[in-house]
Amino acid sequence: MSPPVEDILRVMPELIFCGFGVLLMLLQPFLRERNGMAFLALCGAGLGTLASIFPLVNAGSAFGELIRADGFSGFFHLLVGLVAFLVILASAPYLERERLAPAEFYALVLFATAGMGVLASAQELLTAFIGLEMSSISSYVLAGYRRESLKAGESAMKYFLLGSFATAFFLYGIALVYGATGTTRLSQMSAADPGGILLRLGLALILIGLGFKVAAAPFQVWTPDVYEGAPTPVTALFSAGPKAAAFALLLRIFSTVPAANEFWFWAFWILAALTMFVGNLGALVQTNVKRMLAYSSIAHAGYILVAFCAVAFTRGDDERLTAGVAAVLYYLLAYALVKLGAFTVVSHLGGAGEKRLDLNDYAGLGQRQPVAAAALSLYLLSLLGLPVTAGFLGKFYIFKAAIHSNLIWLAVLMAINSVIGAYYYLRLIVIMYMRDSQPGVDRIPFPASVNLVLMITAFGTIYFGLFPNFLIGFTSHPGFILGR
Amino acid sequence: MTPATLHFVSGGHLLTVVIFFPALGALALLILRSEDHEWIRRVSFTVAAAEFVLSLLLIPGVPLGSGTYHLEEFHPWIASPPIQYHLGVDGISLFLVILTTFLTPISILASWTSIHARVKEFFVMLLLLEVGIVGVFLSLNLFLFFLFWEVMLIPMYFLIGIWGHERRIYAAVKFVLYTMAGSILMLVGILWLYNATGTFDLPTIQQMLQGGLLALSPRAETLLFLAFFVAFAIKVPLFPFHTWLPDAHVEAPTAGSVILAGVLLKMGTYGMIRFCLPLFPDASRRYAPAIAVLAIIGIIYGALVALVQPNLKKLVAYSSVSHLGFVVLGIFALQNISMQGAVFQMLAHGISTGALFLLVGMLYDRRHTFEIDDYGGLATPMPRLAAFFLFVALSSLGLPMLNGFVGEYLVLLGTYQVHWKWTAWAATGVILSACYLLWSYQRVFFGEVTNDKNRALADASARERWILASMAVVILWMGIGSPFFTRRFATSCQTVLDQMQRPWAYEAAAPRPTAAGPHASSSALGSSLERFGSR
Repeated sequence: MSPPVEDILRVMPELIFCGFGVLLMLLQPFLRERNGMAFLALCGAGLGTLASIFPLVNAGSAFGELIRADGFSGFFHLLVGLVAFLVILASAPYLERERLAPAEFYALVLFATAGMGVLASAQELLTAFIGLEMSSISSYVLAGYRRESLKAGESAMKYFLLGSFATAFFLYGIALVYGATGTTRLSQMSAADPGGILLRLGLALILIGLGFKVAAAPFQVWTPDVYEGAPTPVTALFSAGPKAAAFALLLRIFSTVPAANEFWFWAFWILAALTMFVGNLGALVQTNVKRMLAYSSIAHAGYILVAFCAVAFTRGDDERLTAGVAAVLYYLLAYALVKLGAFTVVSHLGGAGEKRLDLNDYAGLGQRQPVAAAALSLYLLSLLGLPVTAGFLGKFYIFKAAIHSNLIWLAVLMAINSVIGAYYYLRLIVIMYMRDSQPGVDRIPFPASVNLVLMITAFGTIYFGLFPNFLIGFTSHPGFILGR
Repeated sequence: MTPATLHFVSGGHLLTVVIFFPALGALALLILRSEDHEWIRRVSFTVAAAEFVLSLLLIPGVPLGSGTYHLEEFHPWIASPPIQYHLGVDGISLFLVILTTFLTPISILASWTSIHARVKEFFVMLLLLEVGIVGVFLSLNLFLFFLFWEVMLIPMYFLIGIWGHERRIYAAVKFVLYTMAGSILMLVGILWLYNATGTFDLPTIQQMLQGGLLALSPRAETLLFLAFFVAFAIKVPLFPFHTWLPDAHVEAPTAGSVILAGVLLKMGTYGMIRFCLPLFPDASRRYAPAIAVLAIIGIIYGALVALVQPNLKKLVAYSSVSHLGFVVLGIFALQNISMQGAVFQMLAHGISTGALFLLVGMLYDRRHTFEIDDYGGLATPMPRLAAFFLFVALSSLGLPMLNGFVGEYLVLLGTYQVHWKWTAWAATGVILSACYLLWSYQRVFFGEVTNDKNRALADASARERWILASMAVVILWMGIGSPFFTRRFATSCQTVLDQMQRPWAYEAAAPRPTAAGPHASSSALGSSLERFGSR
């Protein structure tokens, strides 16, 4: 018996992502053209993204409540689909420059994206686990894709070892939760006794597993090394995609399992505060651009966790819940756009073999390559949270959610961190505009596809910084989160 | 032109036009080729001059004797949380806008020959800076206000960091970090206020406070007051938050210093008048004595440091700390007269100190040094410049008939009604300002020319004479025709003070409505605070 058409349509994005991934690998021996493969991969990513519109208009559960397609999962599908599309677009010239095989690369990106999609729509913990593994294993391979590079090897190895460790935590957590509640379906867990020690322990282990994926302190140690060693387009993917998907699952668990709320509030409070400080203080002393951006993404995970605290503090108040969730989603989108753009610039300025990643290599960029410097400055200002960028409104909504839930002190800590962050973002801008070029550094022309990525991300950053109405209206729609 | 015709001609969008016209100019500049320096300068000057004329149209838009907002624009912008694009102008913001639009073309003229590198970017930044500053003064929505407040940082940051002097990067980063540290806490405060009121609209919040619909607990009010006040105090800068100012002023290019001293600092004092006093009246009253003391410390400390400065530009920078102390004192004396004086002093200081920075910049263009010891006897080679310098210095030290006198006099007059000791201490600042300005003038311009390099310095060029003459005319006009200005903002000042009175707080001598009322805390400082409250 085949499943109903509705169910198939609800997993259509994943099917398309995986289908095109397999197709790419099959066609590899026959297709000699790099551009042809890139085109095929772009088609896959684009079609998959388009297909995620269907669940938006026709929400519901599929496969006996294993997954749930609704506005929430639709949002994340669009987000990770867009990320994949832009990563593929930006990585085509990169792969050519580094002489790397394109087919597997694109296929792995698509598989990882499919995994993230599953993660975002999972309504059942084992399905979520499958999604997590799909995206993680593809990521491990992608991290080590530059085989000749020692750093890439280190990156892949670290990511793999620590990632497996975290996945084990996650799995053990699922087992304990199952032991406590007798089910792995989130919707049936609401009946469980929220005070049970086994349930709490299980949830704590799940939190540790996902905390690793989103690079929350103290589970963040892998981030700088992995981000630094991985090929930069892959770093862009890492910082935008898996993080968003892991946050999606956390949000799902949160708003469906009542036991999670009260218990996790303080855990999130401490995680958020710690993550912000570790990320920002770590970034202060970096001299490598990729490492600096890696630490900055730790800090941003901390900001998102502040919104999580606000969600956890809702105490059954739906208005607070939607405000918190909307803040998280808005921030994730703004952050994904900015990080994608920033890493794209970095990957192309790095030059062959990614040699030029030191902060000093950016000296005089404002004179040498005004467009690239202006774009990178825009991303940095958005990360810093200056108005007229999406990053500002993202931060604004998080502040609003936090204060709405009376988390004044956490908001103040976040404010302090924003100022610390300002220092290192501005430092890069200082270097680009206020120092003279070092001798022997040439202009690096940007291919058209890279310019397109920069245009899309820059436009998105400004557009969502000025006109958030549509997105916020969409994400704070009642019933948007989890069909309550 | 009557307000009605004005409204008709502009289609009801005059304020929007005034804010964003320079941005259009900046876009036009981007089209020009970077090598066309002459055209870039001409276009940006034309745009800035046209902007000045546009802003003059606001004067008939604000009728005499009216304390409310005019030429308001109100459009929904962000749906959730409800944020409106709400602009309006009253007597206080009117002249601050005009001050901005006046100083911008002046600084463009002043940078005509002194900026050689990246000319296009320089003027684009200058025009964008103007957008941000004018936007700050015209916003009536807290969110919009914050947005302009932050946006303005970036052009200023580049102006100092790219075209500044030796330690420019240090100064630029310090400037941005100080301001951000204050303003991000203000954002938390704004959101807290939103949480209590459900709106970001300033007039609406004021009405709620007036109508007693919103009662903040004393603790909440205090914290909110501090969140706003510290952001503004850093900007002013009030002692002890002033340490960024000497660096930023000295390292900035002349145009940057002019705008920085002329208008940016006023954003802080403007914020105090516009937000701190009407929104948090009880906390303002409670902290007014402490703030007044800080302001007096700033007046005297700034003057004393200026007295011993070997660096001419730093001397002018510290004189700003001193003069802005008068403004803060005038505001927190909570008297109509003193507040008028404060507003007038903001304008006067903008013109006089702007002119001083221009003159110092002209000296620097010739000799590339700010050290007073490198000069001496300059009156011989450059008599015209020396005459202008003397005129401006006299206005800055408060000579009657010139603009500096009016503001300081009104502030001291108003403060005297509250506390004569404050007036006495603050008045020493006036004496000290005469000391440091005249003494430095003497060392720079009088006596024999000791340094041979100074013997052949060129006197003020035609362009420089135009700049200085226009400044001198305004200085004189403000000194003689001060009622033109005070008449227009007197009522607005009174409105701010009226807004500080809550209906149920009027009978200061009567028993309190409830024990938990904000006035209940009048214990130790009670009697002196009572006098603030009841006016």
